[in-house]
Amino acid sequence: MTSQVSSPAGKSDEASEAVVGEQRAPQLVRSGAAEKEIRRLDRVIIRFAGDSGDGMQLTGDRFTSETASFGNDLSTLPNFPAEIRAPAGTLPGVSSFQLHFADHDILTPGDAPNVLVAMNPAALKANIADVPRGADIIVNTDEFTKRPMAKVGYAESPLEDGSLEAYNVHPVPLTTLTIEALKEFGLSRKEAERSKNMFALGLLSWMYNRPTEGTETFLRSKFAKKPAIAEANVAAFRAGWNFGETTEDFAVSYEVAPASQAFPTGTYRNISGNLALSYGLIAAGRQADLPVYLGSYPITPASDILHELSKHKNFGVRTFQAEDEIAGIGAALGASFGGSLGVTTTSGPGVALKSETIGLAVSLELPLLIIDIQRGGPSTGLPTKTEQADLLQAMYGRNGEAPVPIVAPKTPADCFDAALEAARIALTYRTPVFLLSDGYLANGSEPWRIPETDSLPDLRTRFATGPNHELADGTEVFWPYKRDPETLARPWAVPGTPGLEHRIGGIEKQDGSGNISYDPANHDFMVRTRQAKVDGIQVPDLEVDDPAGATTLVLGWGSTYGPITAAVRRLRAAGETIAQAHLRHLNPFPRNLGEVLRRYDKVVVPEMNLGQLALLLRAKYLVDAQSYNQVNGMPFKAEQLATALKEANGA
Amino acid sequence: MPEANANELLQLVPKAEGKQSMKDFKSDQEVRWCPGCGDYAVLAAVQGFMPELGLAKENITFVSGIGCSSRFPYYMNTYGMHSIHGRAPSIATGLATSRRDLSVWVVTGDGDALSIGGNHLIHALRRNVNLKILLFNNRIYGLTKGQYSPTSEVGKITKSTPMGSLDAPFNPVSLALGAEASFVARTVDSDRKHLTSVLRAAADHPGTALVEIYQNCNIFNDGAFEVLKDKERAEEAVIRLEHGKPIRFGSEGSKGVVRDPLTGDLGVVTVTEENQSQILVHDAHNPSPTTAFALSRLADADTLHHTPIGVLRSVERPVYDALMSDQLDAAIEQHGKGDLSNLLAGNDTWTVVG
Repeated sequence: MTSQVSSPAGKSDEASEAVVGEQRAPQLVRSGAAEKEIRRLDRVIIRFAGDSGDGMQLTGDRFTSETASFGNDLSTLPNFPAEIRAPAGTLPGVSSFQLHFADHDILTPGDAPNVLVAMNPAALKANIADVPRGADIIVNTDEFTKRPMAKVGYAESPLEDGSLEAYNVHPVPLTTLTIEALKEFGLSRKEAERSKNMFALGLLSWMYNRPTEGTETFLRSKFAKKPAIAEANVAAFRAGWNFGETTEDFAVSYEVAPASQAFPTGTYRNISGNLALSYGLIAAGRQADLPVYLGSYPITPASDILHELSKHKNFGVRTFQAEDEIAGIGAALGASFGGSLGVTTTSGPGVALKSETIGLAVSLELPLLIIDIQRGGPSTGLPTKTEQADLLQAMYGRNGEAPVPIVAPKTPADCFDAALEAARIALTYRTPVFLLSDGYLANGSEPWRIPETDSLPDLRTRFATGPNHELADGTEVFWPYKRDPETLARPWAVPGTPGLEHRIGGIEKQDGSGNISYDPANHDFMVRTRQAKVDGIQVPDLEVDDPAGATTLVLGWGSTYGPITAAVRRLRAAGETIAQAHLRHLNPFPRNLGEVLRRYDKVVVPEMNLGQLALLLRAKYLVDAQSYNQVNGMPFKAEQLATALKEANGA
Repeated sequence: MPEANANELLQLVPKAEGKQSMKDFKSDQEVRWCPGCGDYAVLAAVQGFMPELGLAKENITFVSGIGCSSRFPYYMNTYGMHSIHGRAPSIATGLATSRRDLSVWVVTGDGDALSIGGNHLIHALRRNVNLKILLFNNRIYGLTKGQYSPTSEVGKITKSTPMGSLDAPFNPVSLALGAEASFVARTVDSDRKHLTSVLRAAADHPGTALVEIYQNCNIFNDGAFEVLKDKERAEEAVIRLEHGKPIRFGSEGSKGVVRDPLTGDLGVVTVTEENQSQILVHDAHNPSPTTAFALSRLADADTLHHTPIGVLRSVERPVYDALMSDQLDAAIEQHGKGDLSNLLAGNDTWTVVG
């Protein structure tokens, strides 16, 4: 099983990252009491795969929690079908969870698993192509009977026909062992069987010396109302652990030391993108001293934010599950008019429905956050898979000239900061703001250094309280469209403020007074002013990582940060020179972007779309940006990106 | 579950200091409806009635969609938003549920509320958000110059239906009753007194109040409600509902509404000595909407004969805004006021020391 560290460098993600020194050779460690060897690894990629009903996401989540609390760096990639229960035992029904953990800083969930846990033939068949030779495969042999194999087209058992010879196969009758372990519990066979994922988790927890208390506590609290089921799951979990410790097939266990040296000091937790985003919204409300109002309609993969915010009403957060996407944003905008921090959460199809209201928000110039957790499109597309193809929709998907600022988080934990940044722009400039996350960030997780709440940005804003304009006759009046000369933001006068009664709407307004105006020159002025306001938003300059004076720049945005950075590290480790930069702000672009682009002979833009950022760059800066695209619903693999970048760099 | 009665809910909206007049509610904007439009009468009635409520006018907000009637907020010297087509109930829902100190009014039309915005209307009604919805029904599209609307009679000849419209119309009152509305009323633009009395009842109602106002479009559908306005014909055509009173109409109350004992449905009879005791007494507060629905079906969609006006239904049930606010209070009671540091830290952390 040494393949976990000695697999060919080209096969595993970040194999040549030299972040914490040289890659260590496996060390033989004799543990004191036990007979078995413990080998030390610097990183491992595990993939749990099974039927949608097998509980693979839960298993992965638990292993992740154990790993996080142990202090490893980690990155996860859940991958599941859109159907809640696809037909059992079929290829479309396979659900998997990949976890990459290490004793150093890592950037992606990994390209290729070192260990595949396959709960049935479908899981084996659907995943085997990703597993490099020499890797470990743990299979549930109980499922390798005629019918389940026939369902996925195995004429003969792959466990016996020699097709898996290149792998380290561990045949384990997981179902039988689980039922056996639970026979004291008086459960039906079917009930007992359901704990087999916990048996597998126990086995893997033993193999990688994970702490176990967290999972036992978790099981007891999850099944608090059914203590017998809780104890059965704990028993299956322990049986799996013991199985690893006693059986001869598993001769070695592994240790991946905490990644303490890779991280700045601080307190850490594991966090997924959608959770970080939810917390970011709550934090934004607190920092702005405004109540958060979420108007939303359930949609994959954004619903978790609605669920999460609904749990935190004690922060004064109001959540409103509307009758449709349009009402979701309508309610959020209505709340913004009333002085709340209005938020709507959705995915691409929902953005399409909200477009008219976003245009209204542009015209009303009220703060509003539009959170788009992008998924595969067009239309319903791939609801549970990731993509970055809503950039142009966010940028231009409205009637008229309707500029909307856009920010994009780059990692799951970064969703927290991105939410605060989106709120800053919305509140300072009185504008709707897009936040473009995606399915990969939403469901993936990584360690997060918990910020000190004192260090969070001050987002407090001011409501208008009195007249702001003097008419020629000396009368003091309130003009809702008289702008701040610096930011071009208009005053926010909320209902309930005496003397500032005013009417706003989607019809073009007279500059200043805000009265209806069809005057051609005024319209021209207002269109240009709204554009100028967005163009003038202060955003930090783009930072370029270019230690060696490269001629090629790789520029990304959003969730491609991890794979691009991993690929760049790999190239540099192989002696290549390449520069990297990543955009947080897509509208407006950082002031120095044009100058940065012109500094390089070649600019490569990897995107999970057909070149939307590249199109914007080419249009705005007249640079020959080259696209590198993938739209298969999955994040880039570092290896594949490294190859593409190497080619571009050399050409 | 704690509930506020009408009075308590209205008390959340601050009172005006000093006496208000109709003038206080007129904005400085020139009213731009067509001369002779029924909207003028409704605007005057609303502006005239507002001082009666005695609410601080900065705490009153009018939200509208798109259409002729949706220009309404511009003419009220309160806060206002002229939004987009059909969406006013959703925007007003966000405003009302986040700001319980506001009196929120929605102004909409038959196209805005029943066609493009039908979904938002029915959901606002079932939730019972504290909104007062004024639905100006002129049975035509005015702003787009005269196409048939979802309340137009079948066979309507318009620019888009030169051979007559094919759609069966909605009866807005029936629709609202079916959507679980807690308050449904109908009135007519030209009857200032009746209009005002209905507005008053709507304003006093906690929760969503839907007021259908028959409004004449003198350009594209002139005289659509003439049968209800013409003194002679109106006697026979209009059924004026008053809570607690027998439902009688016609010349000297010669007609009455009775229930058919076999079907349970309602019908119109000529009142006689024998059937006088069987004339239905209007009960707007009946928890069941069944009779109110049957009343709404008395009207003939084509001729408008036997059109009931007045408050068809007015029942108290929990108000969405209050329930939402109660949940926030309950959450604080159960978990304490939210502490961001604790939230961010969660239960599963580890520490890296230098």
